[in-house]
Amino acid sequence: MTEKRALRKTGQRSRRSKVNRIGLERTAYRAGESTLCPGCGHDSISNQIISSAYDLGLEQHKVIKLSGIGCSSKTPAYFLGSSHGFNSIHGRMPSVATGALLANHSLTAIAISGDGDTGSIGLGQYKHLIRRNLPMVYIIENNGVYGLTKGQFSATADEGQFLKYYGKNDLPPIDLCLEAIIGGATFVARSFSGDAKQVQTLLKAALAHRGTAILDIISPCVTFNNAPDSTKSYPFGKENETPLHEITYVPDHVIGREEIVIEEQTAGEIIIVELHDGSRIQLKQVDREYDPRQRRAALQLLEEAQREQLFLTGLLYYEEPRLLLSETLNLSETPLAELSERASRPTATQLEQTLARM
Amino acid sequence: MALPERELTIPQETATIHNFAFTVATKNGSGSQTSNNVLVRALFKMGIAVNGKNLFPSNIKGLPTWYTIRVSQDGYQARREITEIAIVMNEQTAAEDIANLPPGGVCILPEEWNWTQSREDCHYYAIPVRQTIRQFDIPRERREQVGNMVYVGVVAQLFGIPLALLWEALLDNFGGRERPAQMNQQIIEAAHDWAADHLEKQDPYRFARDDQTEGKLLITGNEAAALGSLFGGVNLVSWYPITPSTSLVDAVLTHKSLRDDEEGKSTVAVIQAEDEIAAVGMVVGASWAGARAMTSTSGPGISLMSEFVGLAYFAEIPIVIWDITRMGPSTGLPTRTSQGDLLFSHYLGHGDSRQLVLLPGTMAECFEFGWRAFDIADLRQTPVLVLSDLDLGMNLWMTAPFAYPDQPIQRGKRLGKIDLEEFFAEKGEWYRFRDYDGDGVPYRTVPGTDHPRAAYFARGSGHNEMGMYSERSDDWVQNMERLQRKFEGAREILPQPIREDAPDGSPIGILTFGSNETAILETRAWLAQDGIATDYLRVRALPLAREVHDFVREHDRVYVTENNYDGQLAQILRLELTDLSLSHLVSLALGDALPMTPDWLYRRIREEEGIA
Repeated sequence: MTEKRALRKTGQRSRRSKVNRIGLERTAYRAGESTLCPGCGHDSISNQIISSAYDLGLEQHKVIKLSGIGCSSKTPAYFLGSSHGFNSIHGRMPSVATGALLANHSLTAIAISGDGDTGSIGLGQYKHLIRRNLPMVYIIENNGVYGLTKGQFSATADEGQFLKYYGKNDLPPIDLCLEAIIGGATFVARSFSGDAKQVQTLLKAALAHRGTAILDIISPCVTFNNAPDSTKSYPFGKENETPLHEITYVPDHVIGREEIVIEEQTAGEIIIVELHDGSRIQLKQVDREYDPRQRRAALQLLEEAQREQLFLTGLLYYEEPRLLLSETLNLSETPLAELSERASRPTATQLEQTLARM
Repeated sequence: MALPERELTIPQETATIHNFAFTVATKNGSGSQTSNNVLVRALFKMGIAVNGKNLFPSNIKGLPTWYTIRVSQDGYQARREITEIAIVMNEQTAAEDIANLPPGGVCILPEEWNWTQSREDCHYYAIPVRQTIRQFDIPRERREQVGNMVYVGVVAQLFGIPLALLWEALLDNFGGRERPAQMNQQIIEAAHDWAADHLEKQDPYRFARDDQTEGKLLITGNEAAALGSLFGGVNLVSWYPITPSTSLVDAVLTHKSLRDDEEGKSTVAVIQAEDEIAAVGMVVGASWAGARAMTSTSGPGISLMSEFVGLAYFAEIPIVIWDITRMGPSTGLPTRTSQGDLLFSHYLGHGDSRQLVLLPGTMAECFEFGWRAFDIADLRQTPVLVLSDLDLGMNLWMTAPFAYPDQPIQRGKRLGKIDLEEFFAEKGEWYRFRDYDGDGVPYRTVPGTDHPRAAYFARGSGHNEMGMYSERSDDWVQNMERLQRKFEGAREILPQPIREDAPDGSPIGILTFGSNETAILETRAWLAQDGIATDYLRVRALPLAREVHDFVREHDRVYVTENNYDGQLAQILRLELTDLSLSHLVSLALGDALPMTPDWLYRRIREEEGIA
């Protein structure tokens, strides 16, 4: 605490720049320059990650960034430069994250994937990751198209859609939120990279979730899939995005300090989700009555959205998370990666005794 | 040079006292494994050098299966081509099993088949299997399994195994539980008594107490490897079930409590993954994050893991992979042994990469390489593959107790918070892939290190010394040169070959790796009796040690002996020993999906040496 105050007093405050609760400026959460196309939806998501981390005062050494392969998977190099990052192989990032988070259960992962990385090559690992429940935010930067290989359809592209080089898409899309809910995910949200505020709110809530949180963010590809008739385009998103709720996130360090007043007349329409760390998500109804804590309702909603091509965004599904995998496995309180030699090698006597029993 | 042909078939007088082999032919899934284990353990308790090999089908129930038990006065553990005694319990294969007996051999078979004796030159004992079982109130579902105890009782009476030792072996088998042991022991005793009353001993074979097992133990290579890994500080074992590696992870689970902490919580995470790709992916993630992680698999799993191994190689992440090799290509023979993954493992991954490979050949090495593999991986920041095989991994071997690791755990160039502060104080910088020591091995940090400059970005794509993305040719080549230095330097820290020369040396060298050790040991003894001295070298790691080069150079003929079809070690020698003329290198590659026998090798070397 004294360190933070000192920082505020001396360096940061004197230049009158803003610092967060651990005394860092927003720029401390930045990393390399993006090499994606100008206007790419993914860059705005990276920006929201930077803003969220800054606002929450995340300690970067407690965060790991992971990705697979593709345009989206390049982005961990563009945020949180003081966090360890791992750009792994196509579709297999979930297993790498699983290993890393078991090696050190005190870490939280921000995992970035795309619709190809998750919906095609990585669909198996995606679903098995969800079963295991690890402390991570899994972001799918979903644009319906393979960018780095120049514009093939992905498995989330709409049936009947046209693309310049590949013609008509004849196959139905995979809804990755639907897959997540069916697979047992406990925090599933959809958003639009053009809706910065909602992306940021969902990110903060997802980071506080004690388990795997899935964020499927429609993130337009300005080069290969931005025609207005594509449901993954900016024009379509801007026109059609329908938030399910007005969503607010109240972090744990704010709760207790500030009384949250819910006006009486709106109280019935507000759903409050208490997260494990004491923070809260507040959902204020917009048009339809929708409670994301009902699994069947969530499945029904997504089916309707698919049928009617509705672009519904917000927290789609929430339930109290199961035990983390490190708890299920009854792992040591000390992170496995930090064990002493004594804890890593049984004694010579133990070896003798074990062999004597053979 | 005319040397006498060695008699391999007809037993000599001295050979009849526990110097022979027997085959138990049963149906898979009939529960004969318990009976065979009990026999092996009881013989071991008699002090007799014994080795049991399970030659089993890829099947749960019904297909023919054989178990061979070798007993040797000289302590030999290799499989023999000929087994003198056949316990024929599977009518489907009986004719062939009997035909395979040598003259003077013994056949034990169920009385209820009413078979007539087809071999006048063999001894037959027909035994009442069904009738013996009927005397006892055995639940129907257990009858087949318990029925196998009838032959155990008969063998005990005919060849001389004390009933008390069988009881001890049964208790061992059932983890000390008396009830199941009792159910089996009553059958053994009944069969034993029946044999005493009804069978007249006609054959010369028998067991007698010996002193060859004093201070030794019986173990499988997979269990030894599991123990080695636990003593090596493994923190994560992720795997996907595959024969013949499954029992390695089973053994990790059995012994994992050795690594519980003071609160009874585990320091070893064991996860059954959705496939081998995910299994090795978790290993890569855990190792990157600073834990010790391994997976265990066999050929098809190695195929699936190759992309991740390439990533770990290029992102310089220490990982350990055990390959309990089975016969390939493809699904191949899933339950049969092979040394056919040598080339593939060494060159695993696309692009320019070579992997470090450890080659255990004994139980002691399965244990030792279990812990040492982690040290080597950490010291070199690269994947380490350990190639065992089905014969080592799944069969019971006699061994001296394992030596406790002779050095503390080595984590290599890993910088914690304080190390990093010192590093910066001294050098003013730290870059993940810069070669500060000239050995090609850079310094690494792990996530969670509370230092503002600790982080780096791991990637499989092109990068410079600072870990930044780079497509520059000079960065690429510089990185490749450093990786090459790192790889070359590994030769010295890998397990060095075992070399054993004839007392006066020999122009003939036998060169091998892995599980052929026992077959070669025996072959060399037979050849020595014929007056043919041989020198011997067993390679224990790839890349090859300098000593291998010397051995090849120093001999007039080098027999590269291995259990695969393509002669893969010979191919590696030809690729690596480029400054030698290798016309004297003779590839003796077996690859028949069975453990190598001295009979085959002895015959082959004599042929090559021009001895009729």
